[in-house]
Amino acid sequence: MSLPRPTIRRIVTATAVAATGALVMAGCSSGSSAASIDESAPKELKGTVSLWHFFTGREAGVVKSAVDGFEKANPGVTVDIHAGQDDEKLQKAISSGQNIDVGLSYSTAIVGSFCSSGAFRDLSPYIKRDKVDLSDIPKAVQGYTAYKGKRCTLPALADVSALMYNKAAFAKAGITTPPKTLDELKADGLKLTTYNADGSIKQLGFNPLIDFYENSPEHFAPMINGTWLDKQGNSEIGTSAAWKKLITWQKGYVDAIGYDKLKAFTSGLGQEFAADNAFQTGQVAMQIDGEYRTAFIKDQKPDLDYGTAPTPVLEGVGNYGSTYIAGNVAGVAKGSKNPELAWALLKYLSTNTDAQVTLGNGLKNIPTITSALQSPDLEVDANYKTFVDVAGDPKTITSPATADGAAYIGTFTKFWQAYQQNGGDLDAKLKKLDSDIDNANQLAGP
Amino acid sequence: MSAPTRTASGREARLGRSSRPADPTGSGAAPTPAPPRRRRSAESRRRLVALGMLAPALAGLAVFFAYPLVASVFYSFTRYNQLQEPQFVGLLNYRFLFTQDPQIGPAVLNTIWFVVILVPVRIVFGLLVAGLLSRAKTMTGFWRTLFYLPALVPPVASVVAFVFLFNPGTGPVNQILRVFGIDGPLWFNDPSWSKPSLVILGVWVMGDIMIIFLASLLDVPRDLYEAASLDGATGMQQVRHITLPTISPVIGFAAVTGVIAALQYFTEAAVASSVASGKATIGGGTAALLGYPGTSLLTYTELLYQHGFANFQFGYASAMAVVLFVVTAVVLVFTLRRISVFRPEADQ
Repeated sequence: MSLPRPTIRRIVTATAVAATGALVMAGCSSGSSAASIDESAPKELKGTVSLWHFFTGREAGVVKSAVDGFEKANPGVTVDIHAGQDDEKLQKAISSGQNIDVGLSYSTAIVGSFCSSGAFRDLSPYIKRDKVDLSDIPKAVQGYTAYKGKRCTLPALADVSALMYNKAAFAKAGITTPPKTLDELKADGLKLTTYNADGSIKQLGFNPLIDFYENSPEHFAPMINGTWLDKQGNSEIGTSAAWKKLITWQKGYVDAIGYDKLKAFTSGLGQEFAADNAFQTGQVAMQIDGEYRTAFIKDQKPDLDYGTAPTPVLEGVGNYGSTYIAGNVAGVAKGSKNPELAWALLKYLSTNTDAQVTLGNGLKNIPTITSALQSPDLEVDANYKTFVDVAGDPKTITSPATADGAAYIGTFTKFWQAYQQNGGDLDAKLKKLDSDIDNANQLAGP
Repeated sequence: MSAPTRTASGREARLGRSSRPADPTGSGAAPTPAPPRRRRSAESRRRLVALGMLAPALAGLAVFFAYPLVASVFYSFTRYNQLQEPQFVGLLNYRFLFTQDPQIGPAVLNTIWFVVILVPVRIVFGLLVAGLLSRAKTMTGFWRTLFYLPALVPPVASVVAFVFLFNPGTGPVNQILRVFGIDGPLWFNDPSWSKPSLVILGVWVMGDIMIIFLASLLDVPRDLYEAASLDGATGMQQVRHITLPTISPVIGFAAVTGVIAALQYFTEAAVASSVASGKATIGGGTAALLGYPGTSLLTYTELLYQHGFANFQFGYASAMAVVLFVVTAVVLVFTLRRISVFRPEADQ
């Protein structure tokens, strides 16, 4: 069947019009250059500045109290707060040119994309002009808030991980000190594991499954001082002897108990962010977790007798006392109508000691400047102190930002999940992992 | 203005079947043909009026269908993160999709699994329950409500409830199975059982198609069954030769909408993965949970979402969307052809 000529002409015309529309709209959807930066900082700040952040409920109130401090210090400024805005909304708002001045994200994954695309402005000229001392920010934190040398974000609190252990279970098993090495962790973990008459797990000393709660390549990385990508952005996980040793150790631990048994036990545990968290109920005696767990326990299980210690490490490879750090990042949106006000607010939230202490005490996350970590006003109990200490350790590590939202970590996690269950030729699988990560780089571009 | 004539030729004229022009005056005299210019202008006016009436619908189609479709095709040939100008990359996205994406294989297979298993199972159960309900003599309203009610539960709530019911350690399902000496599976935590678990959920919420089947079953003329009975047709023969052909358009509708929904299966799988993993949360990290356990629940649209919204690869996500569109169209044509086998005219 052939279409009559006028019909074909109409179809071609309609397609051309639609395609032109698509191109025009695509062109309109992005791209606006940042205004030039004044050579001197304004003496007085006046006006309204908008802050978009993801916190809700009680935590949004904590952010508000920190913002109150900024408004008090700058009486001419009003901060228009937009709470509950996740990364997806933030990205859409910025790309569609909405009036957004400061954006606060929960994820370091956006740094690569937002820096390389210009969605967040380059802060270097402001930092240089106002002589902001970045040395107050720990090195690892400086690392994950910039992308390829471009500083488009500043940190606004962080999460770190450490070992949490049940003191009562330790005493019952005759263990006096928390494990410092992976060998000790495995020995203590197996000693603390008890079984029911049918062979199923009754209580688990340590859950080695990589997809259990906070168990992840990032949080296991301090065990071996793990690195991720080389300078060209290609994966070096597969060629790393340290990662191979860690994966082999973890798989050995899983096999020592049995994958099926572990999975059956883990499947019956409560939700991580609920009162029936397995550590809080005593079903798991040790786990790698974040500093926020101390706040959960205080709120949900105040009588739990527990302690905290740095993450155990592979002897001779990892740096005991260090950790993995990542957290909230904030930047000035490219379409900001008040970049000076936005910069002032961002600078206050990220580098003002009082603001960081207020946020740290309220959110129970880790302040991201050393002066706040050492502030006498920071409410630090013995268990929280471990997290503060590891956050300040000079050998604390992070993972590099990439333009595709650190997709390599997701690929690595899926690989590890499959390997812990199925095993196989680790060398070949690691080689394939590197290849998969490197192939995906082409989607993100240079 | 004269009343319309009640003649066969007048009716034919209104239906557009007449071979000669209708007599607008009704006088019976031979009509005088309008001058060509006036006829053309009347024709143009009619077209303009029709176009004006169609304009809202056409505008909606252009904005919500044509533009996104054309834009998706355009973006599929670009590297685009919504924040920068799209960069033309040729067939890179398609090449990666078909040859390099390590997750595309599991995602496609899982999606096919849902199309091939979930859709027919829901249709069969929906038909069976509708068949039983159509024969109910007492408490018909109660039974219909009972079987339809789960369809009213929001998908997220029903999935969360199911994951808790089927929790291997604390859920009542395995506890009941234990009473009978059966060691229940890990359901949503076992890659082998996670998809069948979602099929059970799909059957539980089959009230949406069941109610349509019930309406169509009740609409089958009773006298056809009576005539068939008198001719000695068995129950199965009546189903084969009366029920199925009569309700085949409804089965076709259920199959087509079911296949489209299965190809876009997202919410149930995503929520099940999130809750079963024990790390249910909002905001950051949700994309990392997609597919749990392992990649057994990773569907095509979940992978598309992950690339688009977690990895900022909208160009690649657009390529995936275009491929899904084409596949959906092909599958629908195939499904409609298969369904037409049941239609009475197909036997002719």
